[in-house]
Amino acid sequence: MSTAPRPAPRRRLVLAARYATLVLMLVVMLGPIVWQFLTSIRGRTENVYDGLLPSHPTLDNYVRVAESFPLLQYVGNTLIVAALAVTSNLLFAAMGGYALSRAGWKGRKTVFTVLVATLMFPFESVMISMFLTVRGMGLVDTLIGVWLPGAVSVLNIMVMRAAFLAVPREVEEAAVLDGANEWTRFTRVFLPAVKGALAVVCITSFMGAWDDFLWPLLVLTDSDHYTLQLGLKTLAGATTVNDQRLIAAGAMAALLPMMLLFFALQRYFFKGVGEGAVKT
Amino acid sequence: MTPAPAGPARKAARRATETETGLVHRNWWTPYLFLAPGLVMVALFSLWPFVNTVVLSLTDAQILRGGGFVGLDNYTRAFADPDFWVATGNSVLYLVVVVPCLVLLPLALAVLVQAKIPGIGFFRSAFYTPVIASAVVVGLIWQWVLRSDGLVNTVFQKLRIVSEPVPFLTDSTMLLVSAMIVTVWKGLGYYMVFYLAALGNVSVSLHEAAAIDGAGALRRFFSITIPQVKPMMLLVGTLSAISALRVFTEIYILGGESGGPGGGARTLPFLIRQVGLGFAGETGYASAVSILLFLLTLVFSLLGRRLSKGDES
Repeated sequence: MSTAPRPAPRRRLVLAARYATLVLMLVVMLGPIVWQFLTSIRGRTENVYDGLLPSHPTLDNYVRVAESFPLLQYVGNTLIVAALAVTSNLLFAAMGGYALSRAGWKGRKTVFTVLVATLMFPFESVMISMFLTVRGMGLVDTLIGVWLPGAVSVLNIMVMRAAFLAVPREVEEAAVLDGANEWTRFTRVFLPAVKGALAVVCITSFMGAWDDFLWPLLVLTDSDHYTLQLGLKTLAGATTVNDQRLIAAGAMAALLPMMLLFFALQRYFFKGVGEGAVKT
Repeated sequence: MTPAPAGPARKAARRATETETGLVHRNWWTPYLFLAPGLVMVALFSLWPFVNTVVLSLTDAQILRGGGFVGLDNYTRAFADPDFWVATGNSVLYLVVVVPCLVLLPLALAVLVQAKIPGIGFFRSAFYTPVIASAVVVGLIWQWVLRSDGLVNTVFQKLRIVSEPVPFLTDSTMLLVSAMIVTVWKGLGYYMVFYLAALGNVSVSLHEAAAIDGAGALRRFFSITIPQVKPMMLLVGTLSAISALRVFTEIYILGGESGGPGGGARTLPFLIRQVGLGFAGETGYASAVSILLFLLTLVFSLLGRRLSKGDES
């Protein structure tokens, strides 16, 4: 076997094989999404299987789905839940994570252990009781009821804790010398030092609120209160619609904003995956 | 007015008192004040529901009335309930098929996109796109691919591979397989990111040394890369096992509210929702099934932990 660097033709072959595999995977991963998108812009007169590309591309389906279906209202409801979830998670996860990252107070270990232990309960195994709790509070069929159980997630507290633990010593010492009270230190010195983690919490809680399905399905009954994902289910199930172009337009309308957000803020998405899961 | 001490002296004095009291705990309750919202939420929506589920599972409570203590009746009922066994079988089958796929395929994908070659950033982001799509959107996208008049069946019929449409979504077993494909497809990019982080820590010098010793790329992958990413494989295995037991939305969107024909593709979360809610919801019985789901999840997370502990020593 040769130990010298491979001859150029062979290396080029390996590179070509790598790109070929990448393109193949690209078709597998994006193909179904692209197919849905192409369906969503097909004209009303053409058959959905007339060739790969639409012959009369149009945005008409998006207009029609918004007219015949209260999609905008669903988006509005979702944005209310998302705004509440982002705000509460940013504030409460940062506060909790900050306290957990500070040394020298009684009960720190116990609190930490209890919080981590709650990560063991799969949502599905407590959802019936959670529903009963929310019902007891009179919040069934309200957007507050959708938001409240996720108002501050333990995972986000852990992400913030990890971030505060990594704050450089100099910043910490500056805060001590400053002599300000705890809250001022927290907001003026520590929060600006963990902007990256705050962005991660912001994105994950927005994505959670935008994408969640099972909990809103349990809580909401009146279709006026539906979030976007519940609305999509109704759209797909409605026998009156029965036009794949409209369903596709609805699905794309739910996906495209997330994709835009993703391409704009990619590094925070990837960071969230690592920090949320590994460093707890 | 007493003259203020010079700057450095004052700072030193401050520092002394601060180290004595530490950063947070001037009052013992300050940290608890910071943690209060989080702790209240966890108590209300995690600890209490769990305790309540345990208690309810020992009663015959229904959605519209409280129940009396019935001991372990709900559990014996579950073990005699064919629906429970179908759901448990489906959930476990789901796990057994999906976990190996999600441990191995994302690793291969990560190795593929690890190379620093032109355009690789685009491929990484593209492979991650299904992760940011909601389960509902992903379900709708694949429904349109797998339906009897969907893309796959139309192409298959045009090429005369099949004469009748393949019942991807209308046969219970096929529906379960379709949902598994969707879960794997959606999970590939997510776990790829985990593996990219692990691959970044694989020693380059070890690879170079092995290459000089004449080890080919495959050989180096199996005897150098695999042992070093093994802890990550165990983590991915545990996480994907737990999420496989939680599958609900994919089956709900692909197969409809009943969970496939005759409910044959129902998983445990599906069953919990069906028996626990609605006007005749049996919260007691649903709670017992919930506890059994919790125990099943616990078994797999402890198994994962045991395996990774054994790996460290």
